[in-house]
Amino acid sequence: MTTTDHMSNEETASPGTGDVVLEVSDLSVTFPSDDGPLPAVREVSYVLRRGEALGIVGESGSGKSVTSMAVMGLLPKNARVEGSAKVLGQEIVGLKDEQISKVRGNRIAMIFQDPLTSLNPVYTVGYQIAEAVLAHRKVGKKAATARALELLELVDIPNPEQRLKQYPHELSGGMRQRVVIAIAMANEPDVIIADEPTTALDVTVQAQVLGALESARKETGAALVLITHDLGVVAGHVDRIGVMYGGRIVEMGPVEDVFYQPRMPYALGLLGSLPRLDEDRSERLTPILGTPPSLLSLPGGCAFAPRCPMARDLCHEQEPRLLATDGNGERVSVQVGDTDTHTSACHFSDELENAQPTDLFRGTAVEADTTEAAEEQAEQAEQALAEVDGTSGGAAGGSGREAVLTVRELVKHFPIRSKGLLKRRVGEVQAVSGISLDLYEHETLALVGESGCGKSTTARLMLQLIRQTSGEVHYRGQPLHSMSPRQLRPLRRDLQLVFQDPFASLDPRMTVADIVAEPLRIHGQGNGTARKRVRELLELVGLNSEHGARYPHEFSGGQRQRIGIARALALNPKVLILDEPVSALDVSIQAGVINLLEDLQDDLGLSYLFVSHDLSVVKHIADRVAVMYLGKIVETGTAEDLFRAPAHPYTQALISAIPLPDPVKERTRERIVVTGDVPSPANPPSGCRFRTRCPKFADELSENERVKCVEEPPELVDRGAGHPDACHYSRAVELF
Amino acid sequence: MSEKKAPVAPRSADAESVGGVERTQFQMILSRFLRHRAAMVSLVVLFVVVAAAFLGPFVWRWDHTVHLEIPPSVPPNADHPLGTTTAGHDVLGQLMRGAQQTLKVAFTVSIVGTVVGSLWGATAGYYGGRVDGLMMRVVDVFMIVPLLVMVAAISGNVRGGTTWYAVALIISFFAWAQIARVVRGVVLSLREQEFVEAARAAGASPGWIIVRHLLPNAAGPIIVAATLLIAVAILLEAGMSFLQFGIQSPDISLGQMIGDARTAASTRPWLFYPPGVLLVVVCLTINFIGDGLRDALDPRQSMVRR
Repeated sequence: MTTTDHMSNEETASPGTGDVVLEVSDLSVTFPSDDGPLPAVREVSYVLRRGEALGIVGESGSGKSVTSMAVMGLLPKNARVEGSAKVLGQEIVGLKDEQISKVRGNRIAMIFQDPLTSLNPVYTVGYQIAEAVLAHRKVGKKAATARALELLELVDIPNPEQRLKQYPHELSGGMRQRVVIAIAMANEPDVIIADEPTTALDVTVQAQVLGALESARKETGAALVLITHDLGVVAGHVDRIGVMYGGRIVEMGPVEDVFYQPRMPYALGLLGSLPRLDEDRSERLTPILGTPPSLLSLPGGCAFAPRCPMARDLCHEQEPRLLATDGNGERVSVQVGDTDTHTSACHFSDELENAQPTDLFRGTAVEADTTEAAEEQAEQAEQALAEVDGTSGGAAGGSGREAVLTVRELVKHFPIRSKGLLKRRVGEVQAVSGISLDLYEHETLALVGESGCGKSTTARLMLQLIRQTSGEVHYRGQPLHSMSPRQLRPLRRDLQLVFQDPFASLDPRMTVADIVAEPLRIHGQGNGTARKRVRELLELVGLNSEHGARYPHEFSGGQRQRIGIARALALNPKVLILDEPVSALDVSIQAGVINLLEDLQDDLGLSYLFVSHDLSVVKHIADRVAVMYLGKIVETGTAEDLFRAPAHPYTQALISAIPLPDPVKERTRERIVVTGDVPSPANPPSGCRFRTRCPKFADELSENERVKCVEEPPELVDRGAGHPDACHYSRAVELF
Repeated sequence: MSEKKAPVAPRSADAESVGGVERTQFQMILSRFLRHRAAMVSLVVLFVVVAAAFLGPFVWRWDHTVHLEIPPSVPPNADHPLGTTTAGHDVLGQLMRGAQQTLKVAFTVSIVGTVVGSLWGATAGYYGGRVDGLMMRVVDVFMIVPLLVMVAAISGNVRGGTTWYAVALIISFFAWAQIARVVRGVVLSLREQEFVEAARAAGASPGWIIVRHLLPNAAGPIIVAATLLIAVAILLEAGMSFLQFGIQSPDISLGQMIGDARTAASTRPWLFYPPGVLLVVVCLTINFIGDGLRDALDPRQSMVRR
């Protein structure tokens, strides 16, 4: 398949590494911008051997995607690319577009994050796969279609003949991503680059897609570069891992070495800031201070030095190179081709032997620009708290279990209307179908589920931002569901909302002070008191009170989320509804916000309704958990109970689909796999709504037992697991 | 500000900006506008025209009325740089007064039309559903009536309908509908934004949300539409006056001058070309400025241009 002259090229380039399929050396990418050159990738080098899987991890803006785009020759024309990237010995950098096309899709293929935009909506799936085959092979249409069918089978798509004739919009997200994988596999490439292939998907679907990718790769023997921000995904699916920060690879080595013995403070910090499903809640997360550096003004020495707790003068002066540590603690350079060695870009990596995240990142509760500033801010926050306590009437008393917010049989159906003038009602989306919840004082109740299960709708119904179809919502005995908007307004003080997307939830035209003060102004407080309160609030959430005069776009994601929290706290609410408050944030930032939320709850006696799809975070923060599926609660209980011994098959599948950031555990753990996708809430299955995907229904139950699942919707009652579940045949299973 | 756009601007680029290194939003827009050459030239030209129209009459010795001392039908000369009319007007004096009246009408229309149209469009967009349907049908009615005919018919039949402010008000009465459509479109997408929901969750009233959140965020498209409305108003006023409906003699406007000189284009060109050329220049400059503003406020469109 490969031309021989390329093979010989490769021999000369790196002798003795005949099985290298991708070699990147000193690759740098610079973008011109309004504010000067922006070095997105700086001197990245790595090699990929035949059949190997390499993970590239990093936070947003670390340059991980740009690196792969450069390798694919997909960067915009204004980007300046230096260094070299060789696919099977053939240089890619500097090639003309039509020359790259011969390699791209043939020897090297890419899988993008969003399967909706990477497929063309006007062609059938079969046509698009066949097109990829025809682009590089001289075969007939018939042969191409046959190959397309074969490929769909390879990625485990059910009814492949039928799928060939379907259009992308007729397939679900997971299905589409599998089609994209099939296209990537079409010409049996030697290298596949997958750029966040499962980030847009739900966890249960993510597990399926990763499985399909794995099996397709086994079949073709392709090497994989898996780019992701999710340490869990990487842990189970790659052999080696590279950690990127500030446009550089800062640590690289076999996956076990990097996970168990990180030699760079950043990697250690990342692991420590990750809430974990396989650990107890009691441990506080250890976030990394500060925010990732701006690529426009990178610090002089090590890019991580401003956030590093062990940074010394040398770190600020000299940029460390990617080196290995030998037995004597000396840092020695390694051949790029030597893939088994664990290398790191830290002057003091030898000191990190057997270090734990907690040793290094102690007491990092507040996000600050430097370590010294952190302590100062922690003090300020404490003082601010004391002041706030005075006005809010102190923390919750020990009166115990009084339900603050109760929800009974809440139902919300959204009408589906026909197109055209008449807009007749042709059906309805049953977003929420009869939910009952109690939120107690000073507790965190988590509402968990995959996208489209109705958890956000429930949150908004509880705030009466949308009105229910039927059911009741009471706040301290007052019926919110029957109040007019005017009657509700004074009660809104007590019930506040924090949003998922810190970029959309702050008005870009207002200063931070105005944003935080808005609830106060709405409720008629004077300018003077409002201004004082804004200062208090900003300090309370770990921001500098002088930041009030700035606009939201000047802040990073984590800081913006803190602003959103400050706004929600402005009126001294009793209940905070948190709608995926950390899922848009990078891991290192997320931990800081979680800690902040925990502190605020302790100090202000708040009740949280925590809506999330991320079970690891939920396990860390929640007292009680309610798992939702297709508009219904399928299981609820204390977090401890539920995670220790989940009874409903869906909860079990959900928990076992979460990738663990631990290579050994992730590879050996028992999995409960669900098949297929979530059915449409416009037409939910009869009886138990989960039965169409239920592994128990499919494998364990007899025909007679199944009848009950099909005909009778299961009630949410305790069936011996110690907490209520909604499965006729539930059985608690210990997963850890 | 979208999350997964081109890799040209990774999100972390504005992460550390709290240090104060980066420019404010306003400065960015300004610098982009200053880089737009056509808009900058246009701005200078328009400024000169406006200054001449409003300050010129104080300096120039002839006004726009008939004077016995003025010799009739004289081509441009030292005393009368743009010549004179048969009745004994100084064309330069007329031109300055005419431009002044036309611009006054245009700016008034732009302001009144933008205020009314923005509020109307934002209200319709915010409430949506039936309110939106009803309000936009009203807009449709205003959009489909032949503007010139309606304006001409009304101004001719209303007492005082031929003064500049009456003409301005009549044009505004019909011209706001376009602005309403633009604003409604923008608001429809804005109202789905989370910061609007955040304000609602805090207990804000619809009026508060429209004035504090929706209109400021729609400012870009509103400014552009308002600018272009100026050009529309100028042409409309000229059309009316040309047809003898707008501003009436002894007062004068550019349209009226063109109308009066329409038979003299070849015989006494100095009567026809000055107002005609000025009209075209003013409209062109305003359109260029509108383009420049749009590019500056919406950087995605300007990428191709540079």
